[in-house]
Amino acid sequence: MFDYTVRRLLIAVPTLVIISLVIFLVLSLAPNDPMAQVPMTVPPEVKEKMREALGLGQPLYVQFWKWLVQFFWIEPQVFIDHYFGTQFAEGKLRVISWQTRAPVMDTVVERLPQTLWVVGMSYVVAIAISIPIGIYSAYKQYSVFDQAGTFITMVGYSIPPFFTGPLVIVIFAVNLEWFPSTYDTLHKVVDWDSFVIQMRQMVLPVMVLAIQGTAQISRYMRSAILDNLNQDYVRTARAKGLSESIVILVHVLRNSMIPVVTVIALNLPLIFGGAIITEQVFKVNGIGQQLILAIYANDLPTIQTLTFIFAFLIVGMNLIADVLYAILDPRIRYE
Amino acid sequence: MNKIKGNEEVLLHPGSSYWGDVWLQFKKHKGALIGAILFFSIVIAVMIGPFLWPFEANGIDIRSRNQGPSFLHPFGTDQLGRDTFARMIAGGRTSITVGLAAMFLAIFLGTLVGIVAGYFKKLDGLLMRFTDLFLSLPLLPLLLLMMFLFREPLSVAYGPEKGMFILIVVSIGITSWMPTARIVRGDVLALKQREFVIAARSIGTSDQRIIVRHILPNILSPILVSATLGIANAIITESALSFLGLGFPPDFPTWGRLLNDAVDYLQLYPERVMWPGLAISLTVLSINFLGDGLRDALDPRIRGR
Repeated sequence: MFDYTVRRLLIAVPTLVIISLVIFLVLSLAPNDPMAQVPMTVPPEVKEKMREALGLGQPLYVQFWKWLVQFFWIEPQVFIDHYFGTQFAEGKLRVISWQTRAPVMDTVVERLPQTLWVVGMSYVVAIAISIPIGIYSAYKQYSVFDQAGTFITMVGYSIPPFFTGPLVIVIFAVNLEWFPSTYDTLHKVVDWDSFVIQMRQMVLPVMVLAIQGTAQISRYMRSAILDNLNQDYVRTARAKGLSESIVILVHVLRNSMIPVVTVIALNLPLIFGGAIITEQVFKVNGIGQQLILAIYANDLPTIQTLTFIFAFLIVGMNLIADVLYAILDPRIRYE
Repeated sequence: MNKIKGNEEVLLHPGSSYWGDVWLQFKKHKGALIGAILFFSIVIAVMIGPFLWPFEANGIDIRSRNQGPSFLHPFGTDQLGRDTFARMIAGGRTSITVGLAAMFLAIFLGTLVGIVAGYFKKLDGLLMRFTDLFLSLPLLPLLLLMMFLFREPLSVAYGPEKGMFILIVVSIGITSWMPTARIVRGDVLALKQREFVIAARSIGTSDQRIIVRHILPNILSPILVSATLGIANAIITESALSFLGLGFPPDFPTWGRLLNDAVDYLQLYPERVMWPGLAISLTVLSINFLGDGLRDALDPRIRGR
């Protein structure tokens, strides 16, 4: 088990390096000029100097190596400095945004909590709703509830977040005026009232993201329960006189959760992808919005770093899913 | 084979052929049937719509701007007086064409990679690592990036609309072939061990011929299912890109673009969001149901139950 985890970790590292290389190559192959915004009156030799100052004159592999060092060596040092008051990263060059002239990671750290709050909450909500739905519709297979549940999950799966977003704004913010249509990130939670306001402004974005998550997870939950319901151990449990609720909620559920937990881990990056759109709809200033802004501003270091953070999430979640699967299911042995 | 005349009717009863069986099973799935009908009606409507509808998608009539639904303009008009129904038809045409083209590209790439990986053992490891790598890429950020970076040169080379079409189709195609490749590879691996393939090889059939004559026809059904779902995926991705403002140019309507435009007028004319949003959702929903039904119908373990 430990060997397996270590091996998976060792595979993840080159994967991440190759992904960052791919992102880097896409960015550098792009026929875009980061100096395009500089006024025409600036003489060409000055422009050339500016280009060099940005590190663009050097060969590609040097640029890539520098980014790798900055991101994997210097940024963690900054992180350690911040928390332990050490001075490892003193005077070292960090990944600097061309847009704000500030370190990219500082902006990411500022914006990440908003994204994590919205995405995390929506995922918790999605899991809390979808698991009971999945259990009940599998238990009552082909009943009205199951049919309706299948239809609703299909609808929830098919409606993209860029439609549900405006739709819930029209219904709940414009017509009913229950919730605000935008997310105010300057709002600080200090007492109960401001906490209520924070919760209210989170309802709509969380709802939009949760709809998608619920649709996917409940389908997996249903089929996992169905796979288990006809197994011998279920018959045994019933035969020895256990109550139906214990059979389903303890015996069947525990076995059905194995594939579902991995699906939950694997789907999390997808939700982050959806968060890019949802943040745009509700004007949440999270890292998804930062990515869009950086793309529009041609801010290559920010784009590179953020895209890599998304890749890191995907690879990390894949790793967690694989390891969890191995831990949860004793039948699986990796040699 | 000689057929006995009296038995001909028995032999030819519907369902005696493979596709007949598939159709019988498909018909049982009501949702799939409705989905298929709905999807094909939408396709036909957007394909022949521009020839029947009197208004042009880009015909500006500033005096009748911002109108609600009426007999003349069933979906109303936008801020420049353009007929929303005509724009919806034109948008659907683009969205569905992009969906189909991107799906064909993705299926082609996926099938190619899947067959090569499954059939030629030497390439299997390499190609599957490559597939895993693609699956680990953050697709939406990368797509946004590709849109932004390659928009200019392609617009210059092929004109703004054609260039964008090529860019969107190619980028969606090369970022969505991986699930197909995995499914196809798995099926090819299983088929390779079957007697008829071994028999074909034993009489000296070339690899190319085995693949085309024996393997391809047998993996058609999973390919068909992922092709169906691929259209839905491509339509959603294209709409998402247009919605984020990184798709087709503004005067060139697609459903995602129309939705994006309508969001600006959300407070004043909330009904405008509905048309493109409903169109995308209905199309995707009908395709998903169609795919669901096809999966059941093409799976011999489920068929006939």
